[in-house]
Amino acid sequence: MTSKGKSSHVGSALSIADILAVLYTNINIDPKDPSNDERDRFILSKGHAGAAVYAVLAELGFFSKEILDTHYQDGSILSGHVSHKGVAGVEFSTGSLGHGLSVATGFALAAKRRSLEFNSYALLSDGELDEGSNWEAILFAPHHNLDNLTCIVDYNKLQSLTTVKETLNLEPLKDKLISFGWNVFDIDGHNHIDIQNALTAKTNKPKFIIANTIKGKGVSFMENEVVWHYRSANKEELSKGLKELEE
Amino acid sequence: MRDAFIESLSKLAENDKDIFLITGDLGFGVLDNFAEKFPSQFLNVGVAEQNMTGIATGLALSGYKVFTYSIANFTTLRCLEQIRNDACYHNANVNVVSIGGGFGYGALGMSHHATEDLSIMRSLPNIEVIAPGDDFETKEATKYVVDSSKPSYLRLERASHIHDEDLGNDFEYGKIRKIREGNDVAVLCAGGVTKVAMNAAKTLSKKGIALGIYSVHSLKAIDYETISIVFNDYAGVVSIEENNLNGGLGSAISEVCIDNKIFPKSFKRMGLKDIYSSVVGSQEYLRDFYNLGEEDLIKNVMEILGK
Repeated sequence: MTSKGKSSHVGSALSIADILAVLYTNINIDPKDPSNDERDRFILSKGHAGAAVYAVLAELGFFSKEILDTHYQDGSILSGHVSHKGVAGVEFSTGSLGHGLSVATGFALAAKRRSLEFNSYALLSDGELDEGSNWEAILFAPHHNLDNLTCIVDYNKLQSLTTVKETLNLEPLKDKLISFGWNVFDIDGHNHIDIQNALTAKTNKPKFIIANTIKGKGVSFMENEVVWHYRSANKEELSKGLKELEE
Repeated sequence: MRDAFIESLSKLAENDKDIFLITGDLGFGVLDNFAEKFPSQFLNVGVAEQNMTGIATGLALSGYKVFTYSIANFTTLRCLEQIRNDACYHNANVNVVSIGGGFGYGALGMSHHATEDLSIMRSLPNIEVIAPGDDFETKEATKYVVDSSKPSYLRLERASHIHDEDLGNDFEYGKIRKIREGNDVAVLCAGGVTKVAMNAAKTLSKKGIALGIYSVHSLKAIDYETISIVFNDYAGVVSIEENNLNGGLGSAISEVCIDNKIFPKSFKRMGLKDIYSSVVGSQEYLRDFYNLGEEDLIKNVMEILGK
């Protein structure tokens, strides 16, 4: 889909594929009733990895898999950055970084104020944590005891131009988040059991999952390479990459 | 207008559990009663307007009718992208309220002068932009935005405005409201500067000149019909806004003229001329200083009439 559309951010999408796979088996959403008031809310705040969410939604039956082939193409409903317009199952459109966590916090607050049982999730990129708006929400959620809110950061340690460490170091990230009052899980973001355990762990605080990941995971020549934030695979690379993923 | 807004919202909240007011840590002494009476429908989010607008969107998409509240530029420009991408793109019922439109907080300096907000908010799709001209319109606009499911921007003045003369016409979103009869020159106003126009009208009436005064409270769904009638009926028209001229009320009226092939006999736009207001002073002082006062309006009217 990203090769056909010549779209960027394939590395970012592969980075979160395992997280999404486990997350979507846990959250309460129904392709037959996608706007049910009691559904869980999930926002992909790193909207540039929208291809991964579209693929999952098509797999779950929210829309036909054939639509995936239109991604990035003229007239398509599937924009590069995730959009809800005309796309069943996408909770919220993003693309500009630093928006998703506050909105997910609003969902969590609404559930509390209305005594509803649903949970709210936001998936952020690591570079996205440079945005100050996130830290406003990171201050807010523990203060208001939003234990129905889960923030996952895709910590692949690479951002737009180079490493996170060289750009704006987040470390010590876990300590920072603990000091802000979050229940922090520092896990391997490709280990399904770890992801499952973190997602289902009981908590009386908002939950922050630091998912340590590899950008371009599963395709040797894409892994940990910044260039796959921008490039799409040509025919030869596509077949090589797919072969590796199948193995 | 600030007090009229909160009084109106409190009354509406008594019968509407979906109304939710969020403040960005402002409204000392003003919001206390609402907060006490409706604790589950109130939130002080802290000094964090981006988070405020994002949270407001999440609440609105969960069924609430949310109002975000702060001074002047903080609810608008500070979190403009959250208003655009989150509230407006998702057509969420987020109602942005700014207190102190124009020079309401004049003595506090340029940071607290809202002088581009009307133009900027008017340029966003989906949002309804309202600048009430007095307390009556403020209350009516509050009722309207509660009923409307769309995002809105309410630009309110800090001070109360009650016109001592008023034709008593109804408020209708998207319709210009005539507040004073007069056949010589029409004055189209956005916001609390209707007060300037009403004062000028009184002064001019002593000279036998009658101003027709119109409150253009809806800046987005601009009233093409009334504007066309006004340009046809009067010798000249003056627009007045406490806002930079680029993209504000005067611009909106000019667009109507072009679209409707109206070639004004005489049209003067009063507003800030591509400047930041760096001078300190009361709202009245700053209106006079920046050529938006009663005398300036009278001067423009006299020029139109060739007197």
